[in-house]
Amino acid sequence: MKTHNILLVGVGGQGTILASKILAEVATMQGHDVKMSEIHGMAQRGGSVVTQVRMGEKVYSPLIEEGDADNIVAFEKLEALRYVHYLREGGSIVVNDQQIDPMTVITGAHVYPPEVMEKLQERASDVLVIDALQLAREVGSIRAVNVVLLGALARKMDITKESWLEAIRRTVPAKFLALNLQAFEAGYSG
Amino acid sequence: MKVLLTGNEAIARGAYEFGVAVAAAYPGTPSTEILENIAQYREIKSQWSPNEKVAMEVAVGASIAGARTLAAMKHVGVNVAADPLFTLSYSGVNGGLVLVSADDPGMHSSQNEQDNRYYAKFAKIPMFEPSDSQEAKDFVGLSLDVSEAYDVPVLLRSTTRISHSKTLVELNAASERLVKSYVKDIKKNVMIPGHARLKRLHLEERYKKLQEYSETTPVNRVEWADKKVGVITSGIAYQYVKEAMPDASILKLGFTWPLPDKMILDFASRVETLYVIEENEPYLEEHIKALGVVATGKDIFPITGELSARIIERAIGGETHLPGQLAENVPMRPPVLCPGCPHRAVFYVLKQLKLHVTGDIGCYTLGALSPLDSMDTTICMGASIPMALGFEKAHPELAEKTVAVIGDSTFIHSGITGLIDIVYNHGTSTVLILDNSTTAMTGHQENPSTGKTLQKDPTTQVDMEALCRAVGVKRVFTVDPFAMDELKELIKREVATREPSVIIAKRPCALIVKHEAPLLTILHDNCVGCKMCMRVGCPAISHGNKKSTINAALCIGCGVCAQVCKFSAIVGDIPLTPIS
Ligand SMILES: Cc1ncc(C[n+]2csc(CCOP(=O)(O)OP(=O)(O)O)c2C)c(N)n1
Repeated sequence: MKTHNILLVGVGGQGTILASKILAEVATMQGHDVKMSEIHGMAQRGGSVVTQVRMGEKVYSPLIEEGDADNIVAFEKLEALRYVHYLREGGSIVVNDQQIDPMTVITGAHVYPPEVMEKLQERASDVLVIDALQLAREVGSIRAVNVVLLGALARKMDITKESWLEAIRRTVPAKFLALNLQAFEAGYSG
Repeated sequence: MKVLLTGNEAIARGAYEFGVAVAAAYPGTPSTEILENIAQYREIKSQWSPNEKVAMEVAVGASIAGARTLAAMKHVGVNVAADPLFTLSYSGVNGGLVLVSADDPGMHSSQNEQDNRYYAKFAKIPMFEPSDSQEAKDFVGLSLDVSEAYDVPVLLRSTTRISHSKTLVELNAASERLVKSYVKDIKKNVMIPGHARLKRLHLEERYKKLQEYSETTPVNRVEWADKKVGVITSGIAYQYVKEAMPDASILKLGFTWPLPDKMILDFASRVETLYVIEENEPYLEEHIKALGVVATGKDIFPITGELSARIIERAIGGETHLPGQLAENVPMRPPVLCPGCPHRAVFYVLKQLKLHVTGDIGCYTLGALSPLDSMDTTICMGASIPMALGFEKAHPELAEKTVAVIGDSTFIHSGITGLIDIVYNHGTSTVLILDNSTTAMTGHQENPSTGKTLQKDPTTQVDMEALCRAVGVKRVFTVDPFAMDELKELIKREVATREPSVIIAKRPCALIVKHEAPLLTILHDNCVGCKMCMRVGCPAISHGNKKSTINAALCIGCGVCAQVCKFSAIVGDIPLTPIS
């Protein structure tokens, strides 16, 4: 099996850490070698955060190289654009249709790039845009954005839906389980 | 059973499985989670210490008393702990002692990129370098064994990509946690010159024995493949080499001080072209070349930043693009002070007062960035206070224009000695202690000023005011940073006073208190679009169509923006609770 590379990008505080936990769980459940690398020192301070998951028969490097990601999940539009060059030819990207201005934009030093989605379309053949915030709100909590996005990612991957649900059951505290299962469903069915 | 663990979780698991009885650390990315994970094993006595030197010395005491011991810190922490380390190398151990140094190539969250492998050579202590989490765990056991067998502390050197990457690890049962008995032995443990000189000779004999170990340990091994190309490598670089050069023969070094000279010479003689591939400094390369071996290393591989498979491919002649060359040019997203962060108010006031700020390390270092722009210097933990004194000594008139700013954890770590120096040497500086009741930067660890231990158990809390008074500062004040007018007047008065003073700006970190979310809103009729509120640099406020708006999902109602607005356009239930 060729190594499968998934890049998860977002803004600190968006819940990428739980998403990557679930992703790592579902990956290990497939019985492959898995490596996952996370730079989260700034996770709570609104910086840009990246998680890389690699699964395959034998995985050496924990890093995904530019042009090698099979899937990208972007929790925010600008972050999608920042990392889209990591996507391999024919890879797919799931983008949350949400804009979070970085401080450089808030202070007026830079402008938030216009037409992000158009630019993504130019650089990737498979762009799935979803309003995860709205879907999360509909299932009961905006904090479930992360699992909605995993639901959308699941559509693009060769892993059974049952595996994903099981990974969520193993990872999410009982109190929030029902919410997260619904959130996954919402992202999965679009 | 195999589970996915980060390197840090694996090191903690190693401590559990291989009989560590005492563990001490001071937090620091990327090492922090080692102790946080050890804390879950209640059979290990584990603790946060005030700084790395103290953590190391607790470990030294526990080891000499007979316990297997682990100390953990980030790379720059070893600078702080270097003093006990270098002499412990002379006296040696009783229970095994492993020092974990987590280095940060690429400086993801550090002020420098020092390569701590040189510490092994410098202090003459053996070193292991794991390449994944399984090795991180196994090498804890080997380190403890080597420590006890050769009577020496051992360095276990990790890096960010080892500490923060999850890879599969086989879990085993814990061995017995036996603490040896303590035997008084002053020739061994009292390092006066007469004893140390004898030990000094012993160090060189120990070196020879450790060289033998290095030649025979299975963690130094050759993976033979095509002999046209050979690579000598260690740590995370090994993984990148496996990926980039699948056909090369590899000498993989897991034990990297002392290095296995015979093995290196033998390997070098059997391959046509030899590369030495390592992250950061040419630590292996210098040694290998000094053996007379011809090899290619830092002349083609970068000395700065992290390596990757692609960087290696490119360096040895693959046709790949420069990293980042294909990236879209998009605005950076630097980390920022959180909405409701008590530090924000302080830096806003310091900017208004146009003061020089000798700064320190913590979340508050973000006050150096726009739009707050209120920090002149950051060098290392604790430097803010003595540097303010240095400013004053160089330019006496600067005393009235300079403040030192330091966090609570950093003040306890190494700020207090600087304050003593101000009092002792007739300084008049003003010191601001930003007491947010936590060590926020590294992920909210407890410290001696929070009243809780690593395990969150209650303990005696350092009384900051009393501490400052006890060293001789007469002017000590505590203020709520959200009371911005009061804070401003106080700072103005104290910098003008020709006496040392300490202002403790006390308010818990916005992330550790539950907020009832008494949101602020902007009255659009009152808002004239002056953008004053944008100057506080709050991620919850944005500006468009000549009006500011507050993002209700982010605002916690701290009221700093409302105090800055001159048109009473920001209203709400401002939660200015009295400070205790
Ligand atoms: C010698 C050393 N040890 C550890 C660190 C990692 N580190 C950076 S800031 C910090 C503590 C910050 O806590 P505090 O001073 O309370 O400020 P806060 O982040 O809470 O504002 C630590 C542990 C370091 N940079 N240098």
